[in-house]
Amino acid sequence: MKKRVVSAISVAAMAALVLGACSAGGESSDKTIKVVYEKTDSFTALDTLFTSVKAEFEKANPGVTVELQPIAADDNDYKTKLALSQRSADTAPDVFYEDTSNVRSDAEAGYLLNLDEYVAGWDDWSQFNDGAKLAGVGDDGSIYSVSLGTDTRVIWYNKNVLEAAGVSTPWQPESWADILDVARKIKATQPGVVPFNLYAGTGTGEGTVMQGFWELLYGTDLGADSLYDSESQKWVVGSQGFIDSLEFLKTLYDEGLAVTPAEALDGNVWKSVFGELFPKDMLGATVEGSYTPSFWVKGGSYEWADYDKVMGTALFPTQDGQAPGGVSMSGGWTLAVGAKSKNPDLAFEFLTMALSFENALAYDNENAQIAVRDDVAADPSYVAANPFVQAVTDAVSVTHFRPATSDYAQISTAAQEATEAVITGQASPKDAAAAYDAAVEGVVGADKITKK
Amino acid sequence: MTTETVSPVSMAPRRRGKEPNGSRPLRGWGTQLVRKIPLIPAIALMAVFLLGPIIWSFYGSLTNAALTGPHAVNVDFIGLDNYRKLFADPTFPLSVGLTVIFVLGSAVISQTVLGLGLALIMEKANKFLSGLVGTIVVTAWVLPEIVAAFVSYAYFSKDGTLNQLLAGIGIPAINWLYTYPMVAVCLANVWRGTAFSMLIYQAALNDVPPEITEAAKIDGAGGLKRLRYVTIPMIKRTINTTLMLVTLSTLSVFTLIYVMTSGGPGNLSTTLPILAYKEAFKFSDIGYGTAIATVMLLVGAVFSIVYIRALRPEKD
Repeated sequence: MKKRVVSAISVAAMAALVLGACSAGGESSDKTIKVVYEKTDSFTALDTLFTSVKAEFEKANPGVTVELQPIAADDNDYKTKLALSQRSADTAPDVFYEDTSNVRSDAEAGYLLNLDEYVAGWDDWSQFNDGAKLAGVGDDGSIYSVSLGTDTRVIWYNKNVLEAAGVSTPWQPESWADILDVARKIKATQPGVVPFNLYAGTGTGEGTVMQGFWELLYGTDLGADSLYDSESQKWVVGSQGFIDSLEFLKTLYDEGLAVTPAEALDGNVWKSVFGELFPKDMLGATVEGSYTPSFWVKGGSYEWADYDKVMGTALFPTQDGQAPGGVSMSGGWTLAVGAKSKNPDLAFEFLTMALSFENALAYDNENAQIAVRDDVAADPSYVAANPFVQAVTDAVSVTHFRPATSDYAQISTAAQEATEAVITGQASPKDAAAAYDAAVEGVVGADKITKK
Repeated sequence: MTTETVSPVSMAPRRRGKEPNGSRPLRGWGTQLVRKIPLIPAIALMAVFLLGPIIWSFYGSLTNAALTGPHAVNVDFIGLDNYRKLFADPTFPLSVGLTVIFVLGSAVISQTVLGLGLALIMEKANKFLSGLVGTIVVTAWVLPEIVAAFVSYAYFSKDGTLNQLLAGIGIPAINWLYTYPMVAVCLANVWRGTAFSMLIYQAALNDVPPEITEAAKIDGAGGLKRLRYVTIPMIKRTINTTLMLVTLSTLSVFTLIYVMTSGGPGNLSTTLPILAYKEAFKFSDIGYGTAIATVMLLVGAVFSIVYIRALRPEKD
């Protein structure tokens, strides 16, 4: 008898709990805006932004709750987590942080809300530059997301190391040969110093191609069409430029001008580049993003007081100095509204508040982003945020964007694997290029490739 | 229909004796059915939570479902295309080979030999020593997998504990995770998994009656002979069970390898679970990743069948 009473009570308690939980969820979901974004120990700028926008937004819209859901993960895991949550309306976020390289495939997947009508009624939209507007366009030509800021890649060099090798600064290499020349000088004069590093291998993932291999490839004879022929919309295989680019990496790694292959394959190598090698004058130069100073400024992950005096920047040169004389790669992230959002109007309002002049300025300055709003770019505090803003903003004129098709991730990995095979000596540049060609054909099919 | 008519009859088994030449086999059958009714909830649960996912996984492997792009919403049935692609993929045979090395090397051979060895030694050792060794071994096992993985990474990484120890005796540093990735992950898995085998073998050895071992001793059998002709045959069934459990759990090890090497360098430590994860979540190709998972399921099923057959009671 006693037992029965106990079990009856426990069943009732369970039922109350379950029902309570259900009704609580049902009530609040109507007026809640769920915001999903990335937050790591070295990337907190967006968290700062959203925390302040949340307060502002809740004040302006009484009764509405903004639920911030930061995901602590690296870019790849963040994207996976986001895509998984978007598969169901119950878990899909209202506003989220979206990589430009995923906009097209996610728009095609139906995850993103078409923003054409929304931006038409938004006064600030005219402040965004054309490149930034393009970054949020889907395959159908509609706007699906709004750019937060962009970035470029340039050569960052340590003046102490270069000057000790007898190279005068400011330094601007005109061709790949100039880079090798200076790197060899550094190696000869300063044993133990890494002369010129380029990321390679699958360990550094997208960093390998964005801060390294694509700069090489886009600087070869085919220029902007080295990777993807935009006119025929086909992937380029069998090009001499691809082999030459691998050959350059092979020279760097074989001659010991870069880090060792084993170090290159450790996904954490960039941390030692920013945290150790540059501040300790152990590295001559490398290709890195315009966001680089954000690691060294006060409050950054690797504070370094003298970085503005010690470091310099240069455009990455084309292979033999052919026009336009420099190469850069751009990416950047955007904000988008979920297609399954229950409150799309509120969600878009939140997005515009996060991207307002004041908020965009604060975010771009804190995160060392290249401004996409004209009014922000013209603001004195933006140009003064760090001494390199002008240089990295100038790189926009020679920059390239990745072909953001849904196959891009696999093709990028195939290129990373080619670099890995070459630096570890598993394959010659020619064989690695052939393996890449085969991999690309396997991914997109024979009718989507073109031989050049 | 039969079930319905049979059940009421069999509900009253006492009547059976009064109808000696009735439909006895039918009634026996009915009784059996009724007796199985209490199993229904269990079977239903198994179907929903164990069989369901398997069927779903098999179905998923026949589609082109993706995380993003056009096939995220419009999923098409594409038959065996994923499997065709898989068997043509040069990574697949490598991955299968690595999985076999991982399972045989780190589970079947090492964990059985080490686990049984430790259990045998601890049976002879004094209480303090066996307690100490037992604690050390079991510590590795009770750690959550992610913690064990980080500890192993810290131990084997280039500036890790192992290299510092080796440097102490004058051996130059080796980048274990890069040069010998499979050796590193296998050793890590042995470190983590041995405790399980050891505990089970300890229990089994306790059940070996001491009279028999003593009798063998009196007959002049040495230590090795006693082990081979007395102890091992008596714990054979335990060995089989342990082998099955260890094989199946090792086959699906993911966290340990992913944290230590993430399948690299290249694909040199990409076992099947890592490959499935990469395809499904890194390249957003859920259908293809599921096909790899289904192959793993089949491999596991084959192992289970072999072991279950070996576990059948012997008829004397």
